[in-house]
Amino acid sequence: MSSQRIHAAFAAARAEGRAALMPYFTVGFPDFDASVAVLRSIIEAGADLIELGIPFSDPLADGPTIQHASQIALNKGMTLTKSLKLVQKLRIYSATPPLIMMSYTNPILAYGVERLVADAAEAGADGLIVPDLPLEEAATFEQACNTHDLALIYLAAPTTTSGRLTEIARRTNGFLYLVSLTGVTGERAALPADLATFVRRARSAAHTPLAVGFGISNPEQARLVGELADGVIVGSALIRAVAQAADPAQAAHDFVSRLRGALTAAGDPGSRAG
Amino acid sequence: MHTDGHLPAKFGPYGGQFVPETLMPALAELEAAYIALAADAAFAAEFSDLLRTYVGRPTPLTRARRLTAHLGGAQIYLKREDLAHTGAHKINNALGQALLARQTGKRRLVAETGAGQHGVASATVAALLGLECVVYMGTTDIARQQPNVQRMKLLGAEVRPVDAGTRTLKDAINEAIRDWVTNVRTTHYLLGSALGPHPYPTIVRDFQAVIGREARGQMLDALGRLPDACIACVGGGSNAIGLFHAFREDAGVRLIGVEAGGAGIASGRHAARFADPALGRPGVLHGTHTYVLQDAAGQIAATHSISAGLDYAAVGPEHAFLRETGRAEYTFADDDAALAAFQLLARTEGILPALESAHAVAEAVRLAPTLGRDRILLVNLSGRGDKDLDSVLHALKEREEPRT
Repeated sequence: MSSQRIHAAFAAARAEGRAALMPYFTVGFPDFDASVAVLRSIIEAGADLIELGIPFSDPLADGPTIQHASQIALNKGMTLTKSLKLVQKLRIYSATPPLIMMSYTNPILAYGVERLVADAAEAGADGLIVPDLPLEEAATFEQACNTHDLALIYLAAPTTTSGRLTEIARRTNGFLYLVSLTGVTGERAALPADLATFVRRARSAAHTPLAVGFGISNPEQARLVGELADGVIVGSALIRAVAQAADPAQAAHDFVSRLRGALTAAGDPGSRAG
Repeated sequence: MHTDGHLPAKFGPYGGQFVPETLMPALAELEAAYIALAADAAFAAEFSDLLRTYVGRPTPLTRARRLTAHLGGAQIYLKREDLAHTGAHKINNALGQALLARQTGKRRLVAETGAGQHGVASATVAALLGLECVVYMGTTDIARQQPNVQRMKLLGAEVRPVDAGTRTLKDAINEAIRDWVTNVRTTHYLLGSALGPHPYPTIVRDFQAVIGREARGQMLDALGRLPDACIACVGGGSNAIGLFHAFREDAGVRLIGVEAGGAGIASGRHAARFADPALGRPGVLHGTHTYVLQDAAGQIAATHSISAGLDYAAVGPEHAFLRETGRAEYTFADDDAALAAFQLLARTEGILPALESAHAVAEAVRLAPTLGRDRILLVNLSGRGDKDLDSVLHALKEREEPRT
């Protein structure tokens, strides 16, 4: 199911001549119920895929916004076990968008790799991203994900050498996550200058769709990235919009609608790579 | 020696490289540069010359006569890393890595620091080699290690306070890694302990192994025999692994690592990864698979120690392996024992040890009276205690005040 649902989501966006929109949101922020409401409204606002950030005490690939959201979620008692319940709720709410869980390695080890992958697939998740798990350490994760048909999605970075890029592209499932810049997550004033070059380099190695994340902060940047890649991931900017709002679900709906609108306006059927 | 061009990435099941993809090429580059440099005679000559003429090596081996007499048991010898330039063993590794950074063309160093000793060592070698240096330090540690903060600034380093999480070493490492991920093309991460992703635990051990090499030779010269036990404190564990490495094949020599028992194991407020099965389990922190203090859900636990340098949730992966194979044994000393050992060493030997090193002294204080006078204990006095005067005086005052 998992890879098919991811494949279908990218195919549907492509058929509309636009990149797929993949909002990232920290589950359990500002609390469990509020994050469920936010994620439902993200789905309603037209997200094509959803990345669910599982909070961790030491998120070393994340900037201040996601660090803060993670800490609040943990303070409110969020755990990987509760995250799976949230996945289940979202899957019951909507059968359409792929749900991609993003967790650092240690909470998964504490839960048990095989058990987590089995339970995530059972709950209705489609993919797993582990930002501190490079190819070299991923054997047990790959085996479990193959067994339970959960897409293990790898990240490639601008510093990734061509040999590694080929291997990462070969081993990723569902899509390839391109880290737009050398750095941590968080909003930036401008897109990195070498992004187009990086995406081209990845395109020639990849057999899956390419989604770009890290630093994409507003609809205009999303539109520009959508012209290069098959998927656009926006996290910190969305979390900030929600954190500042009196009505988090409404703020999420408004922001995701604007992102989605920017991608739709950029649509140009026929220009996109198959 | 390493014909395939790689060093082993793991120590048994421990170690590895659990880092964002962005850093993987930098780790590969670091490993290649280190292998090349380790085989380079000119580098070896420059490094050993600087260790001699700048760091002040070899550091002495001191026979602790009055401490031994006071305890009435095994004879205690101290390896005097406190007499190395900047006052701790940290300089050995900082110098080696800074030379390595220069070789790879990196002109900017980032470092983390807990007690401030590694930060001072990093700032020092940056000044020596004309490199830029940024040191991340938790705000809790900044408050309790002020003299070292001032030293780093005087040495020309920028000290960036980290006001996140537990505001100690763990959080300083998070920020140093985030900086490194951002500036990886121009920056070398000067990691201060035998921790983190491969190849750091191996590189740091190799640069610190001079401690054990010297001490082993000094023992043989002075006594014609090896010690019965080597004792060292273990935060990340670089001074311990540096001492143990030369003795690893000497089956008759016990290797004893001393973790921070903090307010006591039962309190949960400690940094003893091996002593508390409720919190200390194999896991991943800061790029390495090792014993980590964590809750049931895999969130990293808050730690406590009177000593900032031992106040950390993970132990170096090679220690996890040495413990598993039984080659080394690990115990702990709590805050009170370390404080008592600090005072005892000051009064019997005229040496103020770092609070970190006082944990190793505390174990010698416990062990010596249980052994015969013909036994020999070698204690790594990894650093000097001047930086800790505020902490010690505060803690003593606290303990003198009547409990209500």
